[in-house]
Amino acid sequence: MTESTRLDAPLTIAGRTFNSRLLVGTGKYRDFDQARDAITESGAEIVTVAVRRSNLGQNPDEPNLLDIIPPTRYTILPNTAGCFNARDAVRTCQLARELLDGHNLVKLEVLGDEHTLYPNVMETLSAARTLIDDGFDVMVYTSDDPIVARELESMGCCAIMPLGSLIGSGQGLLNPHSLSLIIDHARVPVLVDAGIGTASDAALAMELGCDGVLLNSAIAHARQPVVMARAMRQAVEAGRNAWLAERMPRRTLARASSPTEGRINA
Amino acid sequence: MQLLINGEWQHLEDTRTVSELLDTLGLAGKRVAVELNESIVPRSTHADVTLADGDQVEIVHAIGGG
Repeated sequence: MTESTRLDAPLTIAGRTFNSRLLVGTGKYRDFDQARDAITESGAEIVTVAVRRSNLGQNPDEPNLLDIIPPTRYTILPNTAGCFNARDAVRTCQLARELLDGHNLVKLEVLGDEHTLYPNVMETLSAARTLIDDGFDVMVYTSDDPIVARELESMGCCAIMPLGSLIGSGQGLLNPHSLSLIIDHARVPVLVDAGIGTASDAALAMELGCDGVLLNSAIAHARQPVVMARAMRQAVEAGRNAWLAERMPRRTLARASSPTEGRINA
Repeated sequence: MQLLINGEWQHLEDTRTVSELLDTLGLAGKRVAVELNESIVPRSTHADVTLADGDQVEIVHAIGGG
């Protein structure tokens, strides 16, 4: 294959292949129309949802999110957001699998406290083990600790998803070096999950060699979500291509791009 | 019969099975998942699984999330 025709391999997670490396959430949109338009514009093929108690006796005819993002068209990734212990997270995944007719791909997140929503690593490890034993394919939200990432991978998680910064903070990648350590040693896909604020954050994640980016607030909380969804799609593609291209080395001093020979003052 | 449904006690009569409960709640045919006393009730068994006084039921669906 020539350099100019070098094509990217698809993203493969637990045997499933995807052309888009941008995964998006469905929360915080103004309404279902806006969510659908933004998700469509993002080009995402994997879309996260939360699992919550159904309202009883209220609005029995309210539209269902899964009518807006049908499982026939998207890979639905149910999350365990809001779970603060392994037991709740496991129950939530089991309910999600029933809800989605046996679909076994989940995003595990077990949170530590309300202020930081930082992952509780001990509970996350415990839940991951139970879920994997129960036949789930577990994409796991975790800290940017490379040792924890290695443990989760060796346990059998199908994707490692370290935070860039706190969930919903939009602070971008606060520790790119740590993410690089995880990426360089992982043999399963690594996706930055949480903290992306704008397109350059997503591009940087991909330039570091991430396999994908998962984000929600950065699109939903932009003043124009559909436009930001497009920006994120382009940023992930641009960052991926930049990583594939292998960037030039950084230099301390200048090196002229134009030839020094033939100058009129020579 | 008293059932704890999604964290709230409800008094229900003539509700024998999970199917009938969903019907009573207006959730028949909706995309929901049901847990009875912390065990999943597969959709295919809703018509067969019977409820008893004091049972704890969770009924969930998918909503927006990240």
